[in-house]
Order: sequence, then C-alpha cells, then structure tokens
Amino acid sequence: MSTIVFIDTRGEKLPKAAQEAVTYASQLNGGPVTAITFGEANGLESLGAQGARKVIVARGVKAVDSQQLTKLVADVAAAESASTIVFVHDATGKAVAPRVAARLQAGMVAGATGMPEGNRFKRNVFSGKARAYVEVSSPVKVVSLSPNSIPVAKGEGAATIEDYTGDPGPAGITVKEVRKAGTGIPLPEAEIVVSAGRGMKGPENWGPVEELAKELGAATACSRPVADMHWRPHHEHVGQTGVAIRPNCYIAIGISGAIQHLAGVNQSKVIAVINKDPEAPFFKAADYGIVGDAFEVLPKLIEAAKKLNAER
Amino acid sequence: MKILVLLSQVPDTTARIAFTDGDTRFDGNGVTFIMNPYDEWYALVRALELKEAAGSGSVTTVTVGGADTEATIRKGLAIGADEAVRIDAQPTDALQVAELIAAYAKDKGFDLVLAGKETIDHNSGVVGGMVAELLGMPYVPLASKLEVSNGLATIERDVPGGVEVVEAKLPLALSASKGMAEQRIPNMRGIMAARTKPLTVVPATSVPTPAATVRFEMPPPKGAVKMIPAEEAGTLIELLHSEAKVI
Ligand SMILES: Cc1cc2nc3c(=O)[nH]c(=O)nc-3n(C[C@H](O)[C@H](O)[C@H](O)COP(=O)(O)OP(=O)(O)OC[C@H]3O[C@@H](n4cnc5c(N)ncnc54)[C@H](O)[C@@H]3O)c2cc1C
Repeated sequence: MSTIVFIDTRGEKLPKAAQEAVTYASQLNGGPVTAITFGEANGLESLGAQGARKVIVARGVKAVDSQQLTKLVADVAAAESASTIVFVHDATGKAVAPRVAARLQAGMVAGATGMPEGNRFKRNVFSGKARAYVEVSSPVKVVSLSPNSIPVAKGEGAATIEDYTGDPGPAGITVKEVRKAGTGIPLPEAEIVVSAGRGMKGPENWGPVEELAKELGAATACSRPVADMHWRPHHEHVGQTGVAIRPNCYIAIGISGAIQHLAGVNQSKVIAVINKDPEAPFFKAADYGIVGDAFEVLPKLIEAAKKLNAER
Repeated sequence: MKILVLLSQVPDTTARIAFTDGDTRFDGNGVTFIMNPYDEWYALVRALELKEAAGSGSVTTVTVGGADTEATIRKGLAIGADEAVRIDAQPTDALQVAELIAAYAKDKGFDLVLAGKETIDHNSGVVGGMVAELLGMPYVPLASKLEVSNGLATIERDVPGGVEVVEAKLPLALSASKGMAEQRIPNMRGIMAARTKPLTVVPATSVPTPAATVRFEMPPPKGAVKMIPAEEAGTLIELLHSEAKVI
C-alpha cells in the first residue's frame, strides 16, 4: 500500500498548492508517499519536508497533455501499488484526475477540503453554499485537494529524485502559445484577496485597489460585471460563473454581494466589506464591515497597511 | 462534424439550498431547475455555432436523469440542438454518469464531445474528463475558446497563472468555461421546432458506482458582522492583523 501525489510544478519554484497536496498525501497515512511530476522541475528534493519519500519526474512530458499524464500516473500507481492518488484541484488536476479515476475504475472526490474520516471525504457543493460527505468504496481512490485546505507541513528530510523510464505514449495535444496572466499570485492560491466591483465606477479608479493589494501581499479579484465590461481581465472574475476561491481574508470593495458573487467567495475564512450602502446584502455575509465611500476609505486602508508593514 | 454536448439539470443559482431524508438528498421542493449554465451558455451554443459555420453536421445532447429533466432537455432543442438523448438513471456518482454516457456514445462516431466546466450543484468538473478517457479521446478542460478547421481544433484554455493555446486533432473532448460563446435565448420558432425534434430515452446499462455522496450539511451560521466607522477605516487593517490574524 502506498500513496501517490501528482503535482504540476509549472517549471518554477514549487507552488504552495503542490506542497499542500504532498502534505495531505502523507497525512493520509497510507504508506510511503511518492510524488510525480513532469517537465522542467527544480527543487523537488524539498518535498521531503512535506513527507514525500521520492519524486518521479517525467522530463520528456512538457505540456499538460491529459493522456500522457494519465499514462504516467497509472504506470506509477501500478508500480507502487497505490491505494490513494492525490491531485491538486486546479486546471492541471482537472485535466488528469478524472481520466485516472476512469482508467482505474476508482471512486473520485473532486475538491476535498480537508482530511477524510476513514473513507468519508468532505467537499463543498452548491458553490460553497453547502458541504457534502462522499464515501469511496473502490480499492483505489482518487482525491483532488482544494487549494488553501490544509497548512503546509514543514518537516525534515529530502526526497530522492528518479526519472520516469516508462513510455507516456504519443501526445494528443500541442501547445502553441502560453500567455502569462501577470506575475502575481494565482488567485485560487492567494491567502489574501482584495476585490472590487462596479462601485469603483471605472477601470481608471483601480490604482488604490492595486496599491492596497500590493501592501497586503494580496491578489486582486473583481465581480462579474467588472470583467464583462473589460474593466479588469476575466481571470479576476470570482463567483458562481468565475473562479471560486477560499482565501484566509477576502476584502470586497464596492461589491453588492449578489448570491452568485457570494457563491465564489463564501468559503473565505474572514470577509471584510466596504460599501456605501448600509443595506448592501454583502454585509450579511461579512465578518467586518465599513459603510462608506470607497474613494475615501481606500486611502485610509492603504495608510494603515503601510503602517503595519513598517512595524513588522 | 458530429458533436455531442453533455447537458445536466441543476437548481437555479438563486435557489434555496436545503436537504431532506436525513440530509441525504437535495430538497427540490419549490425550487426552479435550469440547464447547467456552463453546458448551456458555453458548450451548447459553441457547438451550434461550429455546426452553423460548417454548414453541416449535427448537435446531439445527452443527459443522465429522470423524466423530470425533460423540460430542460427540450430547452436545449429549442436553443438549436438537433436531437436529444436521455439516459434513464438517477445517478449518485460522477463515474457512473461518465460510464453511462460513454456506453451510449462509443460507437456513434462523435468528432467533438463538449461538457461544461462543472455543474453548479456538485461542482466536481470531472465527467468530461472521465468520458474522454473512456472514449480514448484527448481532453482539454477549462477551454475558453474553440475553433475547428480541417479536423484540427485550436483551443484556448485556462491554466494556473495564465492562458495556453493548444491544438489537437479531432476526435476530441473538452470542458467549456466562460468566454467560449454568448448565451442564446430560444425564440418562438425554436420552441415550436423543439416539440417535434427527437428526444430518445435510453435505458441505463449496469455500471459501477465506486463513490457516493452520503450526507449533506449546511455551513455553520456566520457570527454577527463587526462594523467599523468609515472615519476610522484604518482600524480594519489592525483588526484583520491582531484580532482575525489573517493579514
Ligand atoms: C447565472 C448568473 C451567474 C452570475 N455569476 C456571477 C459571478 O460569478 N460573479 C459575480 O460577481 N456576479 C455574478 N452574477 C451577477 C450578480 O448577480 C451581480 O449582478 C453582480 O455580482 C453585481 O456586481 P457588483 O456588486 O460589482 O455591482 P452592483 O450590483 O452594481 O453593486 C455595486 C455596489 O457598489 C456599491 N457602491 C457604489 N458606489 C460606491 C462607492 N463609491 N463606495 C462604496 N461602494 C459603492 C453599491 O452600493 C453596490 O452595492 C451572476 C448572475 C447570474 C444571473
């Protein structure tokens, strides 16, 4: 019995979500943990700190080709007699995990939000408005872990690195171009998010929103109309039809708090709302609230954030 | 080009969420059900656009569900699908849904299989990928653009931290996210035509259910909101730091 965990290092420094997934895999206590990754990957030894015993790297696979990566994971799962296969519930995990589950006839839990109790896994449903417990009865289980669900373990030890020597088969897709969406923290992984809505009146007013985010080390997000009007890029759109996030802290400025917006952010640990309308529905979902004009409140927040940064 | 669109029925985005039978089932009492927005706005409409641009081909929708899903399926026909299939089952697991769809689709020669990126009730986003595996097709999730010419698809997809443009030969499966198409409202002619379009009911084959949702739970109620006067807005940052300990 062993646990394997598939991660996408995106060729850079190890993403936090990958470290969380390895931590999760080792805390499942399902035997030794083997991590699998592909492409240009560096610093993999450090995954030992999260409990990986070894890391298998398929250097020859460069892109998120769901068929090749499924073959890779299935090969390692067979070689290691894996009973649980962990993924990150992100774009890469969504490409590979369901295929692996279908290939191995394994029950799958998509977007687990914490450690299971036995075979019973907890996840969010109805866009965060409720939770569900999923019981997996198959001998092999596939679990994808929602980002920000558990703290990264900081143990001792280094993982050994091995090359994948199998054949991933032909590529089904060819990558023609990659467009990076800014250099910032990917929104689903951000621990702090500063988000703004139509109350900001126009794209030219986003300066203070970005400045507050920078001071707090936060990612920026927005409501749907703001993305639809092209005030902000689409990847910042959070909510039912955008990205669903669960940061530690969500600061919403000039957003009314429509049910479809809340659906994407209601899993945040702490929500702070700034709105000039005391009747804005968002206050009902908030932990902290300020009734006031964004254009007057933002400079005060930025000043306080600067002061905090100077002190720590 | 033969296109298959996976279509499911979900509670409306504003529906009251409650559970029944000892919290084992969604309480559909008084709830309006709609077509899953990702299936409708993006997957189905893009399928129709591709067919229209090619001037030939067909768009079939497939739904796993009971007779209560037929109004939603008819809406798909009213928007423009040529035919619809309902696989008669009350699924409890994603792999079960995927196996049923794959069993139906495997010998039909579909060139494209389009799913929505997820349903807004279960939020799993896995059925498209499972069907792709069972049919042996490449799979591209979270696609926001799709063009097809001469049997080659060009797709933009969301990846962590950006967008990737990929190419793949048909047959191909993908899941559609925002950006792929604009919502279409069915017109009177479409609604009339939908009445006579074929809606075939297929009995469910026997497939495994390796996982099942056994219980639902509402999140604990929020505590009261702490209000801070606008003049002292800076206090918010201090409280987030020292009291909530999140910044
Ligand atoms: C099927 C469906 C899916 C949807 N999906 C999403 C989704 O994923 N995400 C999403 O966000 N929305 C979604 N929506 C839209 C949603 O219903 C709301 O229309 C939207 O969230 C409103 O955005 P907003 O709060 O920025 O704008 P508004 O509703 O216009 O609210 C602006 C707010 O700013 C406040 N304000 C104005 N001026 C100031 C000021 N100077 N200072 C402070 N506050 C100010 C106002 O009091 C108001 O509360 C969806 C809708 C549907 C029907």
